[in-house]
Amino acid sequence: MGTTASQLAKDSLSEYQELTFLTKQEILLAHRRFTELLDRDERNHPNPRVPMEVILTLPELKSNPFKTRICQVFSTSEDKDGSLTFEDFLDLLSAFSDSATLEIKSHYAFRIFDFDDDGTLDCGDLEKLVNCLTGETEDTRLSSEEMRQLISNILDESDIDKDGTVNLSEFQHVISRSPDFVSSFKIVL
Amino acid sequence: MANGGSVSVDICEEDYDYQNLGESGPSRGSFQLFKEPACNGQGNPEDIQMEMFTKNSDTSDSESTSSSSSKESSNGYQVRSLQRNNWSSATRKMLSSMPSRKTGLHSSTGMAVRARQTCALPKHQTSSRDSLHIPRATQADITSPEFEEISTEDEANNLAGSGLWCAETNKEQLVSDFRGLSESEGMRKLRAMPLSLADKMEIRKHCFSPLAKNSVINRNVPCHNLPCMYLSRMWRHCRYTPRFSTSLKLWNSSMKKLSGRYGTGVLSYFTFLRTLLFINLLFFIITFLFLVLPQAIHPPPDSHRTSFSWIELLTGIGYLSQSLMFYGYYSNITIKATSITSMVPYCIPTAYVFTTTISFFTICIILVYSMSKSFGKSFQVFKSDGNLSENVFCSWDFKVTKKPSIRLQSEKISTQLKEQLSELTSGEEERTLMQRFRNFLVHVAAWFICLASIFFSALGVYLLSKKAISKMHQNLDLLFMAAVVSGFNLLLPGIFNFCAWIEKHNSPSTRVYVSIFRNLLLKISIIGVLCYHWLGKIAVEQDPQVSKCWENFVGQELYRLLLMDFIFTVLYTFLGEFVWRIFSQKILRKNRKPVFDIARNVLELVYGQTLTWLGVLFAPLLPAVQIAKLFVLFYMKKNSLLLNCQASKKPWRATRMTTVFIALLFFPSFLGAAVFVAYTVWIIKPSSECGPFRNLTNMLESVKLWADRMKDHHQILSWLIRAYNAFTDNPLFLFLPSGVFLLVIYFRIQVVDGQRRIIRRLEKQIDDEGKDKKFLITQLQYLYEENTPNSSHRHRGR
Repeated sequence: MGTTASQLAKDSLSEYQELTFLTKQEILLAHRRFTELLDRDERNHPNPRVPMEVILTLPELKSNPFKTRICQVFSTSEDKDGSLTFEDFLDLLSAFSDSATLEIKSHYAFRIFDFDDDGTLDCGDLEKLVNCLTGETEDTRLSSEEMRQLISNILDESDIDKDGTVNLSEFQHVISRSPDFVSSFKIVL
Repeated sequence: MANGGSVSVDICEEDYDYQNLGESGPSRGSFQLFKEPACNGQGNPEDIQMEMFTKNSDTSDSESTSSSSSKESSNGYQVRSLQRNNWSSATRKMLSSMPSRKTGLHSSTGMAVRARQTCALPKHQTSSRDSLHIPRATQADITSPEFEEISTEDEANNLAGSGLWCAETNKEQLVSDFRGLSESEGMRKLRAMPLSLADKMEIRKHCFSPLAKNSVINRNVPCHNLPCMYLSRMWRHCRYTPRFSTSLKLWNSSMKKLSGRYGTGVLSYFTFLRTLLFINLLFFIITFLFLVLPQAIHPPPDSHRTSFSWIELLTGIGYLSQSLMFYGYYSNITIKATSITSMVPYCIPTAYVFTTTISFFTICIILVYSMSKSFGKSFQVFKSDGNLSENVFCSWDFKVTKKPSIRLQSEKISTQLKEQLSELTSGEEERTLMQRFRNFLVHVAAWFICLASIFFSALGVYLLSKKAISKMHQNLDLLFMAAVVSGFNLLLPGIFNFCAWIEKHNSPSTRVYVSIFRNLLLKISIIGVLCYHWLGKIAVEQDPQVSKCWENFVGQELYRLLLMDFIFTVLYTFLGEFVWRIFSQKILRKNRKPVFDIARNVLELVYGQTLTWLGVLFAPLLPAVQIAKLFVLFYMKKNSLLLNCQASKKPWRATRMTTVFIALLFFPSFLGAAVFVAYTVWIIKPSSECGPFRNLTNMLESVKLWADRMKDHHQILSWLIRAYNAFTDNPLFLFLPSGVFLLVIYFRIQVVDGQRRIIRRLEKQIDDEGKDKKFLITQLQYLYEENTPNSSHRHRGR
């Protein structure tokens, strides 16, 4: 399975349509944008894999502070280097699409925020998350005192079983309280 | 947690009791659950932290806590990393297979790896699985790295078997999950699973392979099945694209560009504009098809056209007043000319009333539906004040793509977090009595200024409306009043902003709500004064300046108001944003662009829509004017935004504000217009010289007359009419549905209450389970250590 060189087979297209949350136009647009990222000899490859640096040149991801994590989460490569095939790319767009369910979005959000990939958000993950959110400049960064207090407050609020980390269910519980999450967890090509 | 700090504090105190039980807690080592096979021994950079025994005496150097945990200990929230080198393999297996650690971890890689494993490993190795009681895998998968780690440390057969067992049960379970489902349901379920596309395609092949032959992708279809297949394919596509609002794809690319730069708040304004456009389109289509078109095809016999001049496009008198635009053109003829209408004669007055009523009714249903959906999204069972975690997890807007906007967003989030943190640490600052009194005075003064300005503007409009219109400067006089109203609408919000600035509210959301309320009060009072003037004075008395057809006059007034509002918006966008930006950049030399005021712009849209709804009874083509206006407004606002404005630094809760705006659209705006129209149709006597309702006591009477005429001719219609009469005459029919609604509402409230109680109880239960878990694990480890003191050394030596 996979995509042929320059256009999508009809079988694949309808299968992708059934298995992802994307519409036909979105899949075709994604295919077009993906092939633009490939260079000429890669285009004839049956199932090309694009390295992470090239994916990150997409304007939708270029300035996003979570761009590396997004690529790593959706990548199915053995080396875990964040490279994406076309199907991984579709997975990415499907999770970030308009019609994806809250469960899918919160699941992938959890994995994106889990910087060390251990299945829970512990203090290190939370610290990295807050640093990504507040940006690089000195005046927006939180001081270490504020960071400590913030993390302990977050764990107070969301850690229900009091094990010191936020697992997926607790994360989803917090997300369900916010109605804006579904509309802000979106990337559209 | 939702319940605030009190519950967690109690639990922390109870934990100290556990800790002081004084059991010989195990010495510390590094607790390596998810060690990757590559790195060994040195300890993870991020240790899993479990709230365990905190033996304060045993602060040995084996503690390689990460820096954050040591800082947290001083905060009273005792989280220490449990470091154990020599936890028994049984304990580690047990812990690693805890359900809470497994949910959703590495599901795609694990699934793919295990799928290959099940194919590769021979089946006979399942014999050893009975010795282990690893709990059954949940639908989400188990990490493969941890199984790799454990299998290197223990007997390979045991764990390979168990791993295989788990993998097999996992796969079997997944496949069996799908077995009972039909294909479409299974597809939907598969789509909602967080697996990679490759895994999903594998599962699909396994579970649906017999059905795959009949699936859409098979193209060898016998010819006679073709229409059915085509239909089923269309149906499938319709179901799989649940967004029936594919027609709302208008302006998608522009909105994406805007959201990329300005975020969700500004996007909600443009979405609102698009919704209004479609509502007006619906209204226009109904009115056009059933009212305007028949009348256009059969023009009334007594129409005479005057000459046309361009100023009349603004004022609506003259040529336009004799056209389809206004009420006066429509006649009370009954069309019998064509073949269809000779069966059921098409009566224009009845059509007039019915189209208006049905359009209002449809829009009422649409608004109530969207309001309830929006409210449902933003309603929370628990109103939690501590929403720091919500802010951290949910506030990043992934749609924003431009670098400066991302920087602005980071600034916004950082400011918000810092403010909330400082509020928590310092709490409410104690203000002295003098300060509080001064604040109170400032509030009173601001409110007084606002209310006084509203009162005087309403008074001004009232006096102006009573002023006689001279024949000399007729056009200018007519336009003057509309211009004054729009002028008030433009200037007074500036005064309100000034008042809000001197008031210094505590929270930004209070400020937004107060400013919305003041703007709303202004618009309601002006429109209220005008409506009173029209219905109370003009319709009742025969005012000489109105020239015999008062409905035309009211229609023209509303038309002029709508157009003037549009012209003033254009002027404000040009002057307020474009010129101000040039001014501030070139002359004041500041780099701050103006900020797009979402609340004010949305209220402008609601105001324009109110005018349309008020006027549709008197000017049936007014929705078309509104559609054109909204169309131009979109492009104008978009370009002005991109050129002149910058993103706001204040947080904007988009979903909640959208609910508020739709509620505003429904409650004062739509309901007010509906009451106005209902009053006109029911009570007011139409003018006797123009329009389709001449010589009737009220507009509704035309329907009654028509019903009487129809009763004798057609069976179905007469049955309907009889049913309708019975329905409206008997008051029981009004009380019964209202009673049912009230009952349903009461039940829903009780259900929400019950759910709240259940949630509280479940949270307590989870807490207790967590404590049990900790206790059991440490007991297990303690027992193991008691039994095998030697082997622990052996393990350490390895």
